[in-house]
Amino acid sequence: MDTRTADELHVSQPKTSWMEFIKSHFRDYGMLLSLLAIMLFFQMVTNGTLLRPLNLTNLVLQNSYIVIMALGMLLVIVAGHIDLSVGSIVGFVGGLAAMMMVRWGFDPVTTTIACLIVGGLIGAAQGYWVAYFKVPSFIVTLAGMLVFKGLTLALLGGMSVGPFPVVFQRLSSGFIPDVFGGQGFNYTALFLGMASVAAIIYFSFRSRANQLKHAVETAPFGLFLFKNGLLAVLVIAFCYLMATYRGLPNVLVIMAVLIALYAFVTNRTTIGRRVYALGGNEKAAKLSGIKTERLTFLTFVNMGVLAGLAGLIFAARLNTATPKAGLGFELDVIAAVFIGGASATGGVGKVTGAVIGAFIMGVMNNGMSILGIGIDYQQVIKGLVLLAAVSLDVYNRKK
Amino acid sequence: MNAILEMRGISKTFPGVKALDNVNITVKAGEIHALVGENGAGKSTLMKVLSGVYPHGSYSGSIIYEGAERRFKGIADSEALGIIIIHQELALVPLLSIAENIFLGNEQAKYGVIDWSLAFSRTKELLKVVGLNESPETLVTNLGVGKQQLVEIAKALSKKVKLLILDEPTASLNEKDSDALLNLLLQFKAQGISSILISHKLNEISKVADAITVLRDGGTVETLDCRIEAVSEDRIIRGMVGRTMEDRYPKRDPKIGETIFQVENWSAYHPIHTHVQVVKDVSLNIRRGEIVGIAGLMGAGRTEFAMSLFGRSYGQNISGRVTLHGHEIDVSTVEKAVSNRIAYATEDRKTYGLVLAEDIRKNVTLANLEGVSKSFVIDDMQELAVANDYRARMRIRSPSVFQEAVNLSGGNQQKVVLSKWLFSDPEILILDEPTRGIDVGAKYEIYTIINRLADAGKGVLMISSEMPELLGMCDRIYVMNEGSLIAEFDIAEASQEKIMHAIVKSGRR
Repeated sequence: MDTRTADELHVSQPKTSWMEFIKSHFRDYGMLLSLLAIMLFFQMVTNGTLLRPLNLTNLVLQNSYIVIMALGMLLVIVAGHIDLSVGSIVGFVGGLAAMMMVRWGFDPVTTTIACLIVGGLIGAAQGYWVAYFKVPSFIVTLAGMLVFKGLTLALLGGMSVGPFPVVFQRLSSGFIPDVFGGQGFNYTALFLGMASVAAIIYFSFRSRANQLKHAVETAPFGLFLFKNGLLAVLVIAFCYLMATYRGLPNVLVIMAVLIALYAFVTNRTTIGRRVYALGGNEKAAKLSGIKTERLTFLTFVNMGVLAGLAGLIFAARLNTATPKAGLGFELDVIAAVFIGGASATGGVGKVTGAVIGAFIMGVMNNGMSILGIGIDYQQVIKGLVLLAAVSLDVYNRKK
Repeated sequence: MNAILEMRGISKTFPGVKALDNVNITVKAGEIHALVGENGAGKSTLMKVLSGVYPHGSYSGSIIYEGAERRFKGIADSEALGIIIIHQELALVPLLSIAENIFLGNEQAKYGVIDWSLAFSRTKELLKVVGLNESPETLVTNLGVGKQQLVEIAKALSKKVKLLILDEPTASLNEKDSDALLNLLLQFKAQGISSILISHKLNEISKVADAITVLRDGGTVETLDCRIEAVSEDRIIRGMVGRTMEDRYPKRDPKIGETIFQVENWSAYHPIHTHVQVVKDVSLNIRRGEIVGIAGLMGAGRTEFAMSLFGRSYGQNISGRVTLHGHEIDVSTVEKAVSNRIAYATEDRKTYGLVLAEDIRKNVTLANLEGVSKSFVIDDMQELAVANDYRARMRIRSPSVFQEAVNLSGGNQQKVVLSKWLFSDPEILILDEPTRGIDVGAKYEIYTIINRLADAGKGVLMISSEMPELLGMCDRIYVMNEGSLIAEFDIAEASQEKIMHAIVKSGRR
């Protein structure tokens, strides 16, 4: 029997070196480094087109709806499920928005609210079968995928419907206006960037101070500074580039707020923690007093609302609703979450990972399009990258 | 007698840990050799080296089997020479039949076409040898754990076993099945098959073993020869823990107060077979500061009773009244049961108790996240403080509270489960097999924790299949059989014989 006292069992915290820390947290940093490497690669082979302000804006606009859905999909996958219907929901909600505004004469605000509610109801309808009837989510959402693809066609009568009122278009094509009146330079964008950097630095210093106070293992101070400094430089550089064009797109702000919100929910709230426990071991979670059925149900409702939002953004971006909208989006979203390090068996996955995963997919799409690679080989390459990313993750975990 | 197996100077290191350090063990032909040691002493690692799970080259030292040095590259190599290992967690496919399982990977086939009549007739022979009276076509999922264990042994026999390794074979068996299994080992011995038996149940070891090798902290402590003189349980324990353990159950001076918890006429039916009543009209009570035991055989309905009580987690059509401090309480969901200060620590830690991929900290607070959060936001640092506090108080051995539960030993996992429930601040704690699969030292610590709870005025209901444990720990013991409480003994008058008599008598009715 071990006769050491409890105090002796506390292993003293040796000073960890940079390399050791990066090694032991490779999974956290590896993903970000891959994204940076991929960006650098395309920046070079496209002769600098990738990071031009115009293209950067496009990159954000093109990926916003994937990122937004990846946030919901992350929770669904962490809870141990999958949602194949999100692409069809995007199409259906987009079509509904078009019919409401163009044909039935509703105003954009009412339409937006109604469409988000419909998204939530669709999620609820599917979540009900998964959570309370224990029908595998793969089956339920496969059914949902077919049902809503069909309903989109029926709703739109097989035609494209548009264009939308200008206010609604701004959801996707609008930019945060410059309140400082810079000539050809959007100061608001730069200030927003600096404000968020200040906030990020404030919160990371606070949490570091807290961790040190409680003697938790922390990153070496140098690395901590480097990490925050790099992040600050990247964010400000990005905002500067955007400022030289038209400023920050509205969608970018929506997306950033949602990312921050979901990162907070998953890391710091009881409901987030419970979703992870549910996915990690449903039986244990249930026997710990967690209402597993209701939680599963809610993750699907949440997914539905986000898919509805994505549907609105996508329709606004095209300025028309087509029966083919959203086709295949579910695959991009699911791939983003898995590239981001989520486990197919549930219980593991991070918001930051899913977002980075979505941008890895997005940068590749964008870069390959600039290079003029055909859609055929783009798919081949994306498929292989998904396989490579996940096998690398599996390999790392085995070690 | 010749040695069938000699392992010399085996050392094996994992990154940062020396799991085996110069271990020596010699098994003579036709003997039952017991391998004992606390959890983490290196028993399983040693057996993995022997069976080739850790291939030659990944360890140092040599294995001499049947007179020649062997270098196994995988399990297939060791099995080909008749070394068969049966793991604690059975490796049967539940939805395949007995015959299919026995010949899995070794099908009775010609050119890939299975000869079913041959497979069935050989299965029948093998089942006869192990004394299992079942049809070869029965699906494994329809068998109890004891019978599944016999199927595993039949499978081993089908491979022409010469050295049979059993890892905790009786951990989940009741006394009758355990005895049958041990007798089988003795039979095999008579036929010249050698076996290595890993077990925590020392009484079984002293019953059948010819020699006992004791491991501690990855090294061989000693080998005791039972043929020269009988080896007492205390003697074995001394080797395992490195000192004598005066008393296996910590002393306690019970201060029992008024009745605080009462269950009246509790009944529950089987979740699938709706007409089968699994819990029949159970009434019991627990007093303040009292440890109450429920004895019974496997399948007596004890776990089913506890789980149906705890938020209707088992069964259907449940009825009965529960009162705490004289007021009826609602226990219809786990959440309500917990908020009414009932806790249930499961017998199956890995399936029902822990989120294995998460760390100690997150497991400890899982049942009472409100206790470390304000309006749905978790206070990280408060949570950390709580987890560190329990880690120190319960003496959970790990580098930190950030250690994932999957990497903890059984005893430490159990301490995490107990921490989780203690943090939910219960009045009544139901412990289902709290020391299953835990080594002697950790058991003592768990007992100490249970005693502390009782001293703090809680009521403890303890379900255990190990009667000495109930007799050593409880103030009062109920006996359950076939879903009913059939007897109640005060500890002063209880004995193993009386409990068994009560069970046998009720079974005859």
